[in-house]
Order: sequence, then structure tokens, then C-alpha cells
Amino acid sequence: MFTYDFMRLSFIAILIITPLFALLGTMVVNGHLSFFSDALGHSAYSGIAIGVLLSASDMSVPMLIFAIFFALLLNLVRHKNPQNADTIISIFSSLGMALGLVILSKNGSFSKYSYLMVGDILSISSSEIISLAVLLVIVIVFWCFFLNKLNSIIISAPIAHSRGIHTVLLDNFFIVIMAAVVILSIKWLGILIINAMLILPAAAARNISPNMRAYTCFSLIFAVSSGIGGLIISYYASVAAGPMIVVLSACIYFVTLSLKKVLKN
Amino acid sequence: MENEMMDAKDLKRYKIPFKKRKPCGLHCVKMNDISVRSGDDYIIKDINVHVHCGQLTAVIGRNGAGKSTLMKAMLGLIPHEGNIEFKDISNKKIIDNMKIGYVPQTLAVEKDTPVSVYDMFAGFLTNRPIFLPQSKKIRQMISEQLSLFEGEGLIDKKVCDLSGGELQRVLLSLACAPAPDLLLLDEPVSGIDTTGRERFNHAIGMLKSNYDVAIIMISHDMDFVRKYADNVILLDKTILKTGKPEEVLESKEFVEIFGEKYVYV
Repeated sequence: MFTYDFMRLSFIAILIITPLFALLGTMVVNGHLSFFSDALGHSAYSGIAIGVLLSASDMSVPMLIFAIFFALLLNLVRHKNPQNADTIISIFSSLGMALGLVILSKNGSFSKYSYLMVGDILSISSSEIISLAVLLVIVIVFWCFFLNKLNSIIISAPIAHSRGIHTVLLDNFFIVIMAAVVILSIKWLGILIINAMLILPAAAARNISPNMRAYTCFSLIFAVSSGIGGLIISYYASVAAGPMIVVLSACIYFVTLSLKKVLKN
Repeated sequence: MENEMMDAKDLKRYKIPFKKRKPCGLHCVKMNDISVRSGDDYIIKDINVHVHCGQLTAVIGRNGAGKSTLMKAMLGLIPHEGNIEFKDISNKKIIDNMKIGYVPQTLAVEKDTPVSVYDMFAGFLTNRPIFLPQSKKIRQMISEQLSLFEGEGLIDKKVCDLSGGELQRVLLSLACAPAPDLLLLDEPVSGIDTTGRERFNHAIGMLKSNYDVAIIMISHDMDFVRKYADNVILLDKTILKTGKPEEVLESKEFVEIFGEKYVYV
């Protein structure tokens, strides 16, 4: 399978995207942000629509700017109304999608961007891989410097605050990184499955992890192995790579779910 | 007399890792005209509190009296009117970097969260990323800190699996690292059995008489208040009555709110 350039490139892409998502996913799951990241994916359509309106040549710039604005606004509204956080995230999610579709349908360019729904990892280019690698480095650096503080905020924002941690600033910083990762990889993974790729490895790891080290480690192993496995299966069985990866991750999830019961007894 | 004997016994039982500093009575925390508003309504109004190191001030009141709001205002978590200052009476200097320890009622940690007690402490107290292997030195430090309130054996337990009483003692150990100038305790209303409550109350008593710390505690346990508190604040939006425990617990304001059942003759 490595005789083809696109397979080599997508293999490298998987080796970068899966650890990236595995790391980010651990804190998305711990921080109850799974619906938040889903909403970010949906905002991609609005970002593209704005790009079309401004006739931008590279869509990822308007998408990224809009997603960051969208994420910060959603985070603000969500914190102002903590009782209705679920509903608010859901409304933002729908609006982010609908607004984009309204503008795109007016311009008649809707079908041109329907690939965003499913995504295609096999179409990735080498320069795009470099931008993903940069993103991975940023996330690793962020993890080294801020994971402890982020973990503290998730456990108890009031205690974190009493110890002088800038809770709001750090929370927004994390949200912006999440927005950047989701938006810059949505072209390859698609709105429909990107959140599954983010959540599943961490959710599976959570079932069997007694602490943060095991959690991070298992999440990385599950993500990378289902990523490589999914890509190989997709090549030999001629099925879509992204969805195949999700199917494998879901299988791992159910295995760990039953392991959890065994471990408890 | 009884207090002194108890303390001598306690000091043998508790290993004291942080530097013991007998209360000097010279440090004080003054809160001037603290008010918190929600729209046009006051949740708490014109609260003046003055506490000295080595003293325990209990805040009591019915549900919704604004006890937790007062504590959030002290922590700076919510916008409030009035100011809080930490003073050294011997030279009348205002000390800027007051260390506040805070023990909340509960944590936002849901079941299955893969954060161990070690992870929580290391996250709050150190910069070594908690996804890396444990450091022996940090583990030793955390273990000593936990032993302060009989929590040595809990270091590898998941935070979400701790019982109500265990969690309280673990959070108290965390709040005491490093030794705070002001300790704010929000006592949980339920979820702790009688033995757990006694152990916790005992620990607070030990802390009070051996460390240079001012304690403000929201309490629902009038026996505890009578036994350990130096001052009591009866709160209902504003301070209804304040003074020594016997003064407040036998006042007509207290009886109006709590009835006759706590009044000993």
C-alpha cells in the first residue's frame, strides 16, 4: 500500500492526527466538553460561507478566525448561563451550521462544500501535513506547561482561583486550541465523524484508567492503533478511512467498557 | 485544659510536614462592608467581619441565607462591593499576598474520572506534568501532606471514589499546602457519617490551636460550633447577630431561625 504517494501521506497524517486528538480528547472528556467540540465542527460551514462571501482564496483562514470567535462567544454565553449550558451549546451548534448553509445555498455553492460532511484523509497534501505537525507541537507544549492547571480548573475552579490560577484565561486558551485543531483537521475527517475521533479514544481509556498517566497513555495507544488499523483496512477493503477508524475506536470502547466491569470484580 | 491535652496527643499522631507556627494573634483579616448584588436585589448586604489568626469564626444561617455567597465573595469569585484586607497589627502594615486555603462543599468530579489523589495534588502544587511518571520526591511530599489529616492511604485512590469524609480530609490537606493565612471551609450539608464528621471536626480543632491561621467555616453542626468556634456569625442576608457561641446560640435571633432545639439550658 505504500507504493502510492497518497497512501504514504495519509499514513503520516494519521500518525500526527491521532495522537493530537488523543491528547486533546482526554481533557475534552474530563472537562465535559464533548458537545462543545461537536458544535465547533458545525461552525465550519459558517466559516466557509464567510470565506465565500469575502471570496477568500484559502478557506482555512476565514474558517479558523470564525471558529475562534464562535468558540470564545459560546464559552462566554455558556458560563453566564451555567444552568442551560447543554441547550446553549446545542443552539450554537445548529446556528453555526444553519447560518453557513443559508449563505452557501444563496450562492449556489452548497454542493461544492458537501465534502466537509465526511472528509477525505487520502486527499491530504504534504504542506497540509506540516501544518498539522505544527499543531501537534503546539498541543504538546501546551500540555507540558498547562495540563496541571487545566486539570486543577476541571477538578475545582474555585480552588484553582483561590490559588491564583487564571481560570478564565486558561479555559479560553484551551477552547481556542480546541477550535484550531477541529477546524484545521475537519477537511480530512469531516463534521460527522470528527467528534467521534476526538472523544472515543479518551472515553475508552477512561473506562480502565486509575490515574492521568494511564489515561493519557491508553488514549494515545487506542487512537494511534485504531487510526493505523482503520487506514490499512480501508485500503484493502476499499472502504472510507475515517469512518473505519471510528468503527475500530468504538469496538475498543466496548471492549474496555466490559473490561471495566471485570476489573471492578 | 482539656484542649491542651488533646493537642499534645494529636501532635504525636499527626506528623507535621509544614512548619508549625503557633498563632500569634497579630495577623488579622478585615472585611469591610461586603455586599453582593443580583440585579437590584442584595444577596448579602453590609457584611463586616474581623478575624484573627488562631481563631475560628463559624458562619451559620438557614438555607439561602447567603453563606456560600459570602464565601465566594471572600474568594473573589463573584463581583462584590466592599474590600478585604489582611493586616499585621504589630506594625499596622497591610500584607498583599494573603494565602487563602479553600475547602469547597463538593468537587465537580463525576464518576470514572481518571484523576487520582496524587494527580490532584501534583496538579495543584507542582509544575511537573501529571501525564509523566510519578516523581518519588513529589509522592513523598504529597504523602506527608495527606498524613496531616489521616489520609496517607488515599494517595492512589481516584478522587471520584473517595467517601464524603475522605474527600473532606483530602481537600483540607490540599488547602493546607502551603500553610494558608486564611482558611475558608464550606461544610457539606450531607454525605458524611457521624464518625467522618467527628474526625473532620477534630482535625479543624487541631489546626486551629497549632497553626497561625484564621479560619472561617460555614457550619451546620451546632455542637461543633459550640465546642470549637471562637466567634459565630448568624447570617441572613446581613449579620443578624455576632459574638461568642453561647451569646449567639442563645439569642432570640437564633431561636427565630433555628427554633429551640439547639438551645441548651
